[in-house]
Amino acid sequence: MQGSLDLMVLKILSRRPGLHGYAIMTAIQEMSEDVLRVEEGSLYPALHRMEEAGWIRAEWITKETGRRARIYELTAAGKKQLAAEESRWGAVTSAVNRVLRMA
Amino acid sequence: MALWSRILNVFRGERVNRELDEEMQTHLEEAKEHGRDPEEARRAFGSTLRMREESRDIKLAVWLDSLRADVVFGWRQVLKWKTTSAAAILSLALAIGSCTAAFRLIDALLLRPLPVANPERLFFLTYEFKDNTGKTDTGDSFEYPGFRMLREAAKEDAELMAISYSSPIDLTYGGDQDMEKAYRQYVSGWTMGALGLKPALGRLLAASDDVKPGAHPVAVLSYDYWQRRFGGDPTVVGRTMRIGNYVYQVVGVIERGFTGTETGTMTDIFVPTMMNAKAIENPNWGWFRTWVQLKPGAGIEQTKQKLAAAMSAYKQERVKTWGGNTPKKRIDDYLKSPLLLERAEAGVSEMQKTYRQSLTILGVLVGMVLLIACANVANLLTAQASSRAREMALRVSIGAGRRRLVQLVLVESALIALIATVLGGLFAWWSAPFVVSLINPPDNPARLALPADWRVLGFAAALALGVTLLFGLAPALRASAVKPAAALKGGEDPHSRRRLMNALVAAQVAFCFLVHFVAGLFVSTFDRLSNQPTGFVAEGVLVLETSAKTTQDPVYWQQVADHLKTVPGVESAALASWGLMSGNGWSSDVWAGGKAPGDGPGSYFLSVSPGWLRTMKIPLLGGRDFRADDTYPKVAIVNEEFARLYFDGQNPVGKWFEVDRDKEKARVEIVGFVKDARYRTMREAIRATAYVPFRSADDKGGGLRPTDWAAFIVRTTGAEPLALAPVLRKEIREARPDFRVSDVQRQSELVRSHTVRERMLAMLSLFFAAVALLLAGVGLYGVLDYSVIQRQREIGIRMALGAQAEDIVKRVTAEVFSMLIVGSAAGLAMGIASERYVETLLYQVKATNTAMLLMPALTILAASMLASLPPVIRAVRIDPAGMLRAE
Repeated sequence: MQGSLDLMVLKILSRRPGLHGYAIMTAIQEMSEDVLRVEEGSLYPALHRMEEAGWIRAEWITKETGRRARIYELTAAGKKQLAAEESRWGAVTSAVNRVLRMA
Repeated sequence: MALWSRILNVFRGERVNRELDEEMQTHLEEAKEHGRDPEEARRAFGSTLRMREESRDIKLAVWLDSLRADVVFGWRQVLKWKTTSAAAILSLALAIGSCTAAFRLIDALLLRPLPVANPERLFFLTYEFKDNTGKTDTGDSFEYPGFRMLREAAKEDAELMAISYSSPIDLTYGGDQDMEKAYRQYVSGWTMGALGLKPALGRLLAASDDVKPGAHPVAVLSYDYWQRRFGGDPTVVGRTMRIGNYVYQVVGVIERGFTGTETGTMTDIFVPTMMNAKAIENPNWGWFRTWVQLKPGAGIEQTKQKLAAAMSAYKQERVKTWGGNTPKKRIDDYLKSPLLLERAEAGVSEMQKTYRQSLTILGVLVGMVLLIACANVANLLTAQASSRAREMALRVSIGAGRRRLVQLVLVESALIALIATVLGGLFAWWSAPFVVSLINPPDNPARLALPADWRVLGFAAALALGVTLLFGLAPALRASAVKPAAALKGGEDPHSRRRLMNALVAAQVAFCFLVHFVAGLFVSTFDRLSNQPTGFVAEGVLVLETSAKTTQDPVYWQQVADHLKTVPGVESAALASWGLMSGNGWSSDVWAGGKAPGDGPGSYFLSVSPGWLRTMKIPLLGGRDFRADDTYPKVAIVNEEFARLYFDGQNPVGKWFEVDRDKEKARVEIVGFVKDARYRTMREAIRATAYVPFRSADDKGGGLRPTDWAAFIVRTTGAEPLALAPVLRKEIREARPDFRVSDVQRQSELVRSHTVRERMLAMLSLFFAAVALLLAGVGLYGVLDYSVIQRQREIGIRMALGAQAEDIVKRVTAEVFSMLIVGSAAGLAMGIASERYVETLLYQVKATNTAMLLMPALTILAASMLASLPPVIRAVRIDPAGMLRAE
C-alpha cells in the first residue's frame, strides 16, 4: 500500500536503531509473520530516498566478520515524519475500515 | 544540505557507485548466512543495474550529473576533432577578443558614468555656430559674465558649474629651473560639493574658495596625480606650487576614482575659477564648459527654457559692444544660434567628439567579424554533426530525449565559446591599451582610464552566451531532430544540411564584403590625407613654444631668435606666434580688391619674423620677405589663395587690403607673394592667408606691442631634430633668463597628428578586414570540403561514367560560387547604403568609386579561389574504382 514501506521502515528504525538493509527486511518479514515481504529492489531505493530527504542517516560499520555494513538510524526530522505518517496511516486505515463496514 | 550533498555526489560518482555495490554485496552475504539460496537472493534484487541507477538518481543531482557527463563528453569531442575545434576556437577568440576590446574602449570613452553622485542629473550646455567656412558646428565654451547670468536665471531648477578645459600647464614646486607639466582644470568652488566628492586627504574646494578674482590660490590634487607625483605622501597638504604668477597652496586630495570631467584626459590639479583672474570679467574670452546639475524634480525642458531666455538676453547685450564693422550676418547668426542641453553622464571631452563616430563604426565592423566567425563555427559544427548523425541516431534509439540531445550539442558549443572567450579576453586585455596608444600622440600624456571590471567581464560573458546560442542552436536543433531509422540506414537528406551551410556562406561573404569595402574607404582616406601637400617642408623643423615671465618687447624675442641661428646644428631660426598645424589659428575679416567681408570666411593671419619663410621652405613667388624693421599693420605677405580670392589670381605685390584694428580700418600693403601652405588642418581647403610681421604696433601710442609668449621655429641640420632640443632649451634660457620653453615639438609630428584618427581607422579596419577574409576563407573551405566528402560516391560514379575533371570542378564549386555572388551583391548593397554613416570620416573618397567597389570583390574572389583549391583537388583525385568498391 502507498507509503506503508516508508512507515514500516521508520517505525522499525525508531524502535531498533542501527539496523542494516537485510535486517530491516527480515524484521518486516518476521513481525508480519511472513505476510509482508519487502522486495530488495524497492527497499534500497526507499532507504536512499529517505536518506536524501534527511529522515534517516546512514553510517558504515565493520562487523565482527570483517565485512562492512551500512546501518541506518532515525534523525530528528525522521521522528517527526514518523509521527506524521503514523497519524496519516491511522486516518487512512480507519477510513478504509469504515468503508468496508458500510458497504 | 541535501541538495549540496547531491551536487557533491556528482563529482564523486565512482564512490557513490562503489558504496551502492558494497551495500548490495553485504545484503547478499547476509542472505547467504541466513541460509538463503544465493541465486534466489540475487534474483530477488531484480535488475541490479536498474536498482543501482534508481538509487544513484536519488543520491545525486541528475541535471548536474548529465551536465557533467556532457561536459566530459564534449571535451573529448573537442579533443577528438582537433582541427575543427582549433579553427572554431581561434576564429571565435579573435572575434570575441576584438568585440571585447571594442566594448572596453567604447565603454571607457562613451558610456561609463562619472564616479560622482547622481551622474544621470548632469548636463552641459552647447550652442551651434557657423565656422569659418560656413559649416555648422557645435561649440561649448562660455564666458564668465554670461555664466553668471545663466546661473542666476536657473538657480531654482539647477546648479550651474563652470569647469574649464583640462590643459597641460607649466608649474613648479621648487625654483624656475624645475618646471614640470600637469593637467589643470579651473572649476567653480561649489562643483566638488555638488558632485558629492569626498577628500582622501585635507579638504576639497568650496564655494568660499571662489569669490574674488585672484584671491584664492588653493589647489586640490587628484588621487592619481598624488600617487604618481608624490607617491601618496600625506604631507603634501600645505605644500606650495607656482603656476604662472600665482603661488598655490595644496589643500587636499580628492578620493580615488575621480580624474576630472574630461573622459580621455586625467586632470591632475583643480583650482577655483576665480584664479583665472584676467578672464573673469572678459566678455570675449570663452574658456570653460557650463555644467548643469538638475535639482531633484526639476524638468529638463523647463530648465532649458529658462537658460535659453537668459542666454538670449545676454547675447543682446553683448552684440552692442561689438564694433560697427562687424558684418550684420555674423550678428544675426550669433543671436539666432540655439542653446542646447546635452547629457554629460559619461563626462564631456574633445576626444569623445572626435572618436564617437569612429569607435561606433569600428564596433559595427567588429560585430560583423563576430557574425562571420559565428557562421563559420556553425558551419564547422554542422559539417562535423553530419559525421555524427549515426551517433545521434543511436542515442535516440536507446532512449535519449530531444532535450537531452540539444543539451549535449549546446554544451559542446558552450565549451568552445568558453575557451574562445578566455583567449579573446587575453587578446582584449592586450589590444585595448594598444589602440589607445595608437591615438595618443607620444608626447601627450593624456590617458584614458581602461578599467577591466564587472562591466567588461559581464559583456564578455553575455557575448559568450549569445555566441553559443547563435552558432550552437541550429546544429543542436538539427541533431535533436535526427530520424534514427533514416540515419542508421545511411543518411538523411544531405541537401537540407548543405542549404543551411550555403546560406551561411552567403551571409559570411556579404559581411566580409562590407568590412572590406569600409576598410577600403578608410585606407584610401588615410592615404589621400597623409599625402596631401602641406606647402612647407616639415622634416628637420622644431617648434619651441616659449613663454616669458612678463610681457617682453618683440625686439628681445628677435634677439633670442638671432642667437639661436648661431647654435651649431641650426640651419635657420625664426619666430612665429605658433607653429603651423599646431591647432592654433587667427582668422579675421579683410577688405580687399573691392570685396567686403560678410559671406566669405575671411583670411587666416599669422605673425612671423623675417626668415620664417626660408625656415619653413615656403617658396616666395614675388616681392620680398619681411625686413627687420617691418611692423604690422603696415605690411603683409599673402598666399596664392588670397590672390585668387581678392585679386583674380594676379600677383598682388604692391596692392593693399584693409583690416579692422581697434574698431578702425587700417591699410596693409602687400609686399610679398608666396605659395599656398596648410595652416590648421589637413581636411579644410587651403584658405586665404596673410603673414604679417611679428613686430606689431601698439594700438595706443607709437611703440611695439609686447608679448609673453611665442614660438621659435628652428630648422636643424641633423637627422633627428629632437636631439638638439636640450641644447636649444639651454641656449634660450641663457640668452634671456626669464624665457622658458614650455613645449618642444617636431613639425612633422604636428602634421602627423592631423591624421591620427584616420590612421587608426585605416589600421584597425584593415586588420578586421584581414580577419574577416581569413574567417570567410576558412568557412568556404570547410563547406566545400564537406560537400566533396559527402558527394564522393556520386563523384566516383560520374567519373566512372566518363565525366571530365572540369565537369567535376564545375559541379563541386557551382553552388558555393553562386553563393559568393549572392553574398557579394548583398554586401555591395549594404556598402553603398552604409556610406552616409561614414561620409564625414572620409576625405576625397566616394563610395561609388569603381575601384572602391572592385577591390573587395577581387580580394574576396582571390581568397575564395585559394580556399577552394584543396577540396577541388581532392574531388578531382577521387579514384572511381576505389570509391565504388568502398561501399
